[in-house]
Amino acid sequence: MTDWHDIGALSDIPQLGSRIVKSAQGDIAVFRAADDAVFALSDSCPHRGGPLSQGIVHGHRVTCPLHNWVLELESGAAIAPDVGCARKYPVRVDGGRVLLQLVSVTDSSSV
Amino acid sequence: MKEKLVLIGNGMAGMRTIEELLAIAPDKYDITVFGAEPHGNYNRIMLSPVLAGEKTIAEIMINDLDWYAKNNVRLHAGKEVVEIHRTRREVRTADGTVEHYDRLLLATGSNPFILPVPGNQLPGVIGFRDIKDVETMLAAAQPGRHAVVIGGGLLGLEAANGLMKHGMQCTVVHLGDVLMERQLDPVAAGLLRASLEERGMRFLLGAQTAAILGEDKVRGVRFKDGLEVPADLVVMAVGIRPNTDLAKQAGIHTERGIVVNDTMQTYDPRVYAVGECVQHRGICYGLVAPLWEQAKVCANHLAQFGIGRYQGSVTSTKLKVTGIDLFSAGNFNGSADCEEIVLRDPARGVYKKLVVRDNRIQGAVMYGDTVDGAWYFQLLREGTDISDFRETVLFGHAHMADAGREGSSVMSMSDDAEICGCNGVCKGTIVKAITEKKLFTLDDVRAHTKASASCGSCTGLVEQILAATVGTIGKTPAEKPMCKCTEHSHDVVRTAIRERHLTSLRAVFDTLDWKTPDGCHSCRPALNYYLIATWPGEAQDDQRSRFINERVHANIQKDGTYSVVPRMWGGLTTPDELRAIADVADKYQIPTVKVTGGQRIDLLGVKKDDLPRVWADLNAAGMVSGHAYGKSLRTVKTCVGSDWCRFGTQDSTGLGVKLEKMTWGSWTPHKFKMAVSGCPRNCAEATIKDFGVICVDSGYELHVGGNGGIKIRGTDLLCKLATEEEVKEFCGAFMQLYREEARYLERTAPWIERVGLSYVKSKIVEDEEGRKALYARFLASQQFAQIDPWAERASGGVDAHEFEPLAAIN
Ligand SMILES: Cc1cc2nc3c(=O)[nH]c(=O)nc-3n(C[C@H](O)[C@H](O)[C@H](O)COP(=O)(O)OP(=O)(O)OC[C@H]3O[C@@H](n4cnc5c(N)ncnc54)[C@H](O)[C@@H]3O)c2cc1C
Ligand code: FES
Repeated sequence: MTDWHDIGALSDIPQLGSRIVKSAQGDIAVFRAADDAVFALSDSCPHRGGPLSQGIVHGHRVTCPLHNWVLELESGAAIAPDVGCARKYPVRVDGGRVLLQLVSVTDSSSV
Repeated sequence: MKEKLVLIGNGMAGMRTIEELLAIAPDKYDITVFGAEPHGNYNRIMLSPVLAGEKTIAEIMINDLDWYAKNNVRLHAGKEVVEIHRTRREVRTADGTVEHYDRLLLATGSNPFILPVPGNQLPGVIGFRDIKDVETMLAAAQPGRHAVVIGGGLLGLEAANGLMKHGMQCTVVHLGDVLMERQLDPVAAGLLRASLEERGMRFLLGAQTAAILGEDKVRGVRFKDGLEVPADLVVMAVGIRPNTDLAKQAGIHTERGIVVNDTMQTYDPRVYAVGECVQHRGICYGLVAPLWEQAKVCANHLAQFGIGRYQGSVTSTKLKVTGIDLFSAGNFNGSADCEEIVLRDPARGVYKKLVVRDNRIQGAVMYGDTVDGAWYFQLLREGTDISDFRETVLFGHAHMADAGREGSSVMSMSDDAEICGCNGVCKGTIVKAITEKKLFTLDDVRAHTKASASCGSCTGLVEQILAATVGTIGKTPAEKPMCKCTEHSHDVVRTAIRERHLTSLRAVFDTLDWKTPDGCHSCRPALNYYLIATWPGEAQDDQRSRFINERVHANIQKDGTYSVVPRMWGGLTTPDELRAIADVADKYQIPTVKVTGGQRIDLLGVKKDDLPRVWADLNAAGMVSGHAYGKSLRTVKTCVGSDWCRFGTQDSTGLGVKLEKMTWGSWTPHKFKMAVSGCPRNCAEATIKDFGVICVDSGYELHVGGNGGIKIRGTDLLCKLATEEEVKEFCGAFMQLYREEARYLERTAPWIERVGLSYVKSKIVEDEEGRKALYARFLASQQFAQIDPWAERASGGVDAHEFEPLAAIN
């Protein structure tokens, strides 16, 4: 379960964009910020399940397309005043390849 | 180590600057404040209600001692600074406290002017400026005693009113014969005087004070003509003098006040000054509104953001005497080239006068009914052309709203319109607090913004804003910053894009010093629109800055599926098209098929990965994207017209198709809908569209600026034309004007209300050359816009990554 899966090249994800990875745990949104930092969150907004992969990425944040909740990509946590957290997945870039782990963690301390 | 900022003068202007500074650069300075008064900072203008017994001192505190402790601001209350040593950069107080500074802020306010007459030093002669003065007055105020107030201006009348509330007999002495002549014209002053006399106030007009009488305390006042009036208390309210002593002693250039430039700096660049002690472009102000603007600019420069200039203020005044409504602003006395619009209703005790030049308000005086004061003041400051509603302007804003001309009265005021003069709170701040903090009651709004928490005269407006905001989202910002990523307003950004030839988001961010690395979901879509609308074909359309619907050319639904609407030109379709739609619905198991209000067919519940194939199939049958998802041309609705209808006067369907073929694909600030009706029965509902045509026997009537939706607005008639060719030209020119000048997310209805129908007519109807140029620019930009986004994507070439998963893990 703790394997790192090679899900593709960094260049397959547009900057300030996101791609989906299908998994047994549901869709996972993999984001790439302008500075090439990569993040992975469950593709479901903590508000009403909006597809986060379809949102606008800015800085290290994403805005949900349904009702404009803004989430921190690093932790999945919603920005105040909204409260909630999208499930986050460990992800890293190695030699231009994006590697993802399926174990889900819910807080930022465990990466 | 942090730099040291020292503030001299713990009053309204100085502390507002500190608050503004803490909001934008909380950690920049180590801050020390010296105040001669032994209190925290209080709302000086509320001393009048305190004197009248309507408020307590505790209620008028703005920053109490706790506030200073919480914000790490060192306060020396009750210590007067007596010396500034500029070379050593030190200030020294009367008791010998010395403090070093890197930056110094002077906000020493002003002092009441005491008439140079014999006896003016006697106990019982005072000014009206601070808490101590109010305490002195309250101690002296006993029923039956006499008070003489010298000065019939705002301050004098408020003092006399307060003292009368304690049972004193009050005589107001005034040199001229018009009360509050700096704020009122003779008519309004007369009405004011009559109602104050009714309350028992006495007036001595045209009286010149010769001496204050008494040996060890005040006994009376003697006038030039020999008349003597008994007095146990004399209040001098004849004017104020900027308090410049300290600055003068330190060799800082002063004239009437401490001279500052547009960044609120004195001649010594380390020393700033704000408030009543300053003189800016030759003017010394004596009201709070200018101080708020000065404080904002000063804080910005202290924080070294280096933007913002203070350019002087137009001021307005209200009298804080309970039961008397009075408002004045600007040049209310008029001059030879001005006209006056006047309403007088003696039975209701109402008088309103607007001074107008070239259809623009120069000044206003209102007595008895002042609810529209803030609105007139706004029109005045913005120089709005009032010709469209001149005949009803005096009936007020609510009247226009009732007549269906405006969205909602307060909501059509711009965001920087000041609502609460006492606390310097503008509309945008209130709306923001309501939406962001989810406020629902007046008390909440008062607690969070201080709006209407002081004199209360703006309570009605605040309630209206509350009511309107709790039901609206997505209003267009006016002069306020586009979003928190920038200080600049929409209009400023747009001008920069045009004048500095900016063609990419990166160029905008760099040139205009964006505060975030790549904007946010609010500014990026707006900027992307401004870029492609200003530089068609040149600026790249940044898909990552578009809202998802525009990025994938379909409408996202609440379950994450999409809806797809192919274009049906003018609402016309064919059996082949219908068959193709039916086949697509079957093949991709599309659960819902619906006819839309815009006369076309909506396929709801399409899965995202199916989108490219759905489009390919629709393309194959000759259909293209309907742009039902975009801030762009939506539909052109038509009725059947002269081909079939027995009432039809022209070929409305044919014209609708031509208009749609010309305009499809164009991006606009907000969605744009059209309709063409074949006769005045108007079956296509052209009068609630952004652009509507009604065919008549002699030609075509053009209607603009309508919308359905939550708040319906009927169109305004733009003009009448004879030929279809002209209709096309006017249509393209109108759309282009809207595209170039409206703010992002502003529909044509609020845009026209903001700029005025006359303005639109002047550009489209009256200026033939300008219209042709607009039309040409519209057609030019269409070359780059009329590319079917579905075809580009169905073939797999464009944005393939949007529709395919990156990987699948089991
Ligand atoms: C009774 C009253 C009613 C008013 N009503 C209105 C109204 O309805 N609308 C309106 O717009 N305006 C009104 N004003 C005017 C408004 O209050 C002033 O414009 C505003 O307070 C000026 O702010 P400021 O910071 O420049 O001066 P202040 O608020 O006067 O602050 C200056 C402070 O500096 C202190 N100080 C001075 N010298 C020194 C020193 N050497 N060392 C230490 N401290 C020093 C003073 O003690 C004072 O506390 C009213 C004023 C009064 C008195
Ligand atoms: S579902 Fe994401 S904001 Fe509502």
